[in-house]
Parts: sequence; structure tokens; C-alpha cells
Amino acid sequence: MTRAQRLFAIAFGAAVIAALVFAPLSLNRYGLYILSLWSVMSIAAIGLNLTLGYAGQVSLAQGAFVGIGAYAAAIVTTNGLPLGLGIVVAIALCFVVGWLLGYPALRVQHHYLAFVTLAFSTLAFLVFRNEEWLTKGIYGISDIPRPNLFGLSTTKPLPFYYLCLFALGTVTLAFWRLVRSPWGRAFMALRENPVRALSLGVDTRRYTLMAFAIGSALGGLSGALYAPLVEFVDPTPFTLSLSLNLLMMVIVGGSGFFFGPYLGAMIAVLLPEWLRFTQGYYLIIYAVLVMALLIYSPTGILGILDRALRDRNAKAASALRAAAKASLPEEAAR
Amino acid sequence: MSRVLEVTNLRKRFGGIAAVDGVSFHVDEGEILGIIGPNGCGKSTTFNCILGQLTPTEGEVRLDGRNVTGMRPSELNRLGVSRTFQLLQVFPQLSVRENLILAGQEHKGTMLSRLFGPPDAGLGATADQMIGFFKLGPLADAPAGGLSYGQQKLLDAAMAFMAGPRLVLLDEPAGGVNLTMLADLKERLRAINREQGATFVVIEHNMEFVMSLCTRVVVMAEGKILAEGSPAKVRSDPAVIEAYLGH
Repeated sequence: MTRAQRLFAIAFGAAVIAALVFAPLSLNRYGLYILSLWSVMSIAAIGLNLTLGYAGQVSLAQGAFVGIGAYAAAIVTTNGLPLGLGIVVAIALCFVVGWLLGYPALRVQHHYLAFVTLAFSTLAFLVFRNEEWLTKGIYGISDIPRPNLFGLSTTKPLPFYYLCLFALGTVTLAFWRLVRSPWGRAFMALRENPVRALSLGVDTRRYTLMAFAIGSALGGLSGALYAPLVEFVDPTPFTLSLSLNLLMMVIVGGSGFFFGPYLGAMIAVLLPEWLRFTQGYYLIIYAVLVMALLIYSPTGILGILDRALRDRNAKAASALRAAAKASLPEEAAR
Repeated sequence: MSRVLEVTNLRKRFGGIAAVDGVSFHVDEGEILGIIGPNGCGKSTTFNCILGQLTPTEGEVRLDGRNVTGMRPSELNRLGVSRTFQLLQVFPQLSVRENLILAGQEHKGTMLSRLFGPPDAGLGATADQMIGFFKLGPLADAPAGGLSYGQQKLLDAAMAFMAGPRLVLLDEPAGGVNLTMLADLKERLRAINREQGATFVVIEHNMEFVMSLCTRVVVMAEGKILAEGSPAKVRSDPAVIEAYLGH
């Protein structure tokens, strides 16, 4: 990145943060719900982006982890315990289950792994629906309370939105740190060339399991916020279609790009609202748009930006080289 | 001089074919051992068996006297054995510097310190030194996938040295590298051998490269060892001339 590009990025980031903090003040109840949903889905998509985008492990089970997190938080809070505990339980439970789900990935890859995780997704749904003693089955768990924070109630949409935004901000900072740490490098090595990674001392087994566990734990956190957001949890939102939806967020936004999931979640959550005027045609238009995007840029929206930026920088670099050559005629003559 | 690597009666069968058929050799500290032989004679399979990428059917591999047969490549690497590959094996989307840091980071600290410690695992300076040593300076921040073939070969070699290894196995380091770069590479390898006391095993088809770099040469043919000795002795061995070098 050049200096100007970095300045632009900082200014742009500051504007986005300001908008996320101040714009909701003028939004109505529904607008706040949509924005909160975007924050919550972004967290789940960030988790999947770690597993899929950075570490290269296909997973069709992220929706199931959102479900596990949502049920964990719902059960904890409806028993009169604080949401904080619910979040800890959700994260810990999904971390462990995600770790276990990572084991098949040590043996199978790509579509085979997709099938294993798909089976897990179905299994989780069946547990949500059939284990009535725990989940109340198809009737679901209602009246999930929203927490009080430092004496402030988040029952109203605006404070709860700020809670979601705070969670997203925390996840963003932690994730930024993670992908820049040696772990992030090891995850990418896993994606790009596991055999070579192994010969460099990278314990690919442990990092694969970690990628699943951390990605799933973020799915759990997302679910633990989803439950008090909608205040009602039943099995239907956590079918395979949520996993596919999260997968689409990651891929449309740009798999393996830091900001991909934010963009993907925005499109998945907001586009249906913008296309509402088309009534019944909305799903068709949505599908066509996604297909067109992936044909034009298989690396997602940020892939387009990345390509443009790289082209520009390459051109600038070759212009610099040409100028350097011209100023050194004896060098060029050799 | 201590014995770094000792391979005894190594055998690897794929179905009915014995790719490596009872190979024994050893490498002493500070040596540069060359392994030569016609294509398909089992050189790379021998490497893969030593390095744990393949499990040998029979035989034993000892590192500094310790039996390491069938150990996982990542564990072996942390014991100080590193390698380069015959076909290019760098991480194309990571920059040159990131590739180098990756090559050393798993030797530093614990999983926890790698998560919470500095992003470069304290290897930034070592990486820059290696970049300078292999003359990759202007390319330090470029994605490795954008480098020329020869430059990627140099990077691949540099990565093998990031963790200050005890034993390095180089699989055809000279393949596809132009003559100027080849001379550079040879000089670098010699310098590292001399200064860091690293021990090398080199598979190579470029005879000039092998004969001028190696202190001892093992010749393989059809999965067996045909001859062994100094470059001069091997070069004049009639059996070697017959099987490989040609008249």
C-alpha cells in the first residue's frame, strides 16, 4: 500500500465507524434490528472466514454452531443466569465441538469434508428439534431476556445494538491480531501448501483443529447474541440454509480477505431489504446477482478491489523502474 | 566427527515395486553428501522416507544416533532437519519475508507465545538477513508467487536455512536455475556449510554442480547403491559410467 492509499483507508475506516455509531440514532426499531442482525451475522461469518478463507478448510456447519450458541445462551439466561455466562458457555461449548469436528478434516478435504460437516449440521438440527427436555423442541424457547449492563437495560433496540456492535468491534480487534500473529501465517500455510508447511515444522494437525475450534467458537458467540436479539429460539433458523447463507457471505464478500465477511453479511442481510420492492422476484434477482458476481470475480467483491489495487501498484512500480533506467543510461546499455 | 544421519537397509515398496531396495549410507557432521543416479532410481523416495513424508517398509533412520524412523515431518523439522523440494514449494500468496518467517516460527517458543507474542515471532531480523544473503532484497514484500522460477528456488533454499538447521536435504536445488544464479547458490551453500556447520545431502543431476560442491557422492541405480566415494573416485568408476554418466 502506498502512503496515499493508507491515508485513504484510515479515513474510510473512521467514517465507517462513525456511521455505525451515530447513524442508528435516527433509525427506527426495524432498522436497528437489521443492523444488529448484521453485526451478529458478521461475527459468525468472520469465524467461517478463519476456517475456510484463511485455513482453507471447507465447512458447511457454521449455522449449526450459531444454533448451539443460541441455545446455550437461551437456556442459561432463561434460568435466571446472566448473559455473560451464556456467552462463555456458548464459546466454550462451540470451541470443543468445533475442535472435535476438525478431526475428520485431518483425513478428508474439500467436498468430502463438506459432506462430513453437512452431516454434522443435520445432526445438530435434529438435536435442537428432538431433544425436548433440553431445547423444548419445535415450540422453542421464548422470553429470552436481554441483559442489564452496568445498570443499563438493553431491552430497547438501541442499547442492544450497541452491545452487538461492541462485540463485533472486540472480535474485529482480536481477529486482526490473530491473523497477523504466527498463527495466522500457519493457517494460510495450511491453505496454500500443507505438505510444505509440515516440512517447516508446522504442526498441521494442531492448526487444523484450532482453525475449526476458533471459527466455531465465533459462531457460538454470534448465536449467543442472536438469541437475546430475537428473544425467541426454535430450530428453524438453524437448518442447513443458515450454514449455506454464511458460506455465501464469506465467498461473496471475499474469502480470505479480512473485511470480506462484513461486506458479505451486509449484502446477505441488507440486500433482501433493498430488493423488497420487487416483491416475489427478490430471490431470483438475488441469485442472479450472486452468480454474476462469482463469474466476474470468483474471489468475491474484495477480490475485485484487490485486483484493481494490485494492477495500479504494478503499473506504478514499472513506471518507477522505467524512470530509474532512464536516469542510468550506462546501466541500461549493459 | 560425529555421525549426523545414518540410514540402514532402507526399503520402500509400492505394491510389487521396490522403489528403494536396501539402501544404507551415513552423513558426518559438516559433510556435503551428493546423491546422484538416473531418473526413477529412488533418490527422492529415499528423501521422503528419511523425512517422514513416506513410511519406509523396512529399515532404520537415525539422527544423531536417535531412531527417528517414521517420525512426522513437523517433529523431524523441529529436531533440526529441513529440506527443499524438487518441484517448487513456496507459499505463493505470502510475501518473501512472510515465507521466511513462517519457515522459522515453529522453532520459536510455544503455541501460546506464538499467539500472543510479536507478529514476526522475533524473526524479522533473521529473515531480512537471509533476504540479503540470497540477494532477494528488492522482492522482500512481493508475493512469492510473482517471483521468477530461479528466484523461487533461491527462496525455497533460504527457507530451509531459517531455523539454523543441523541437517538439510536439498532435492535438485539447481534444476531450472540459470548459470549466474547457480554459481550464487553454490557459493551460498558453501558459506552456510562452513560458517554454520550445517550438514547437507544434495540430490542433483547437474554433474558439474555436484562434483564441485560435494565432499562425497553416493550413486544410486534401481533402488540400490551402486557406488560411493569422493567425486573423483565416483566419476572414474566403470559401473557408474555404464549406468549413469555415460562415456
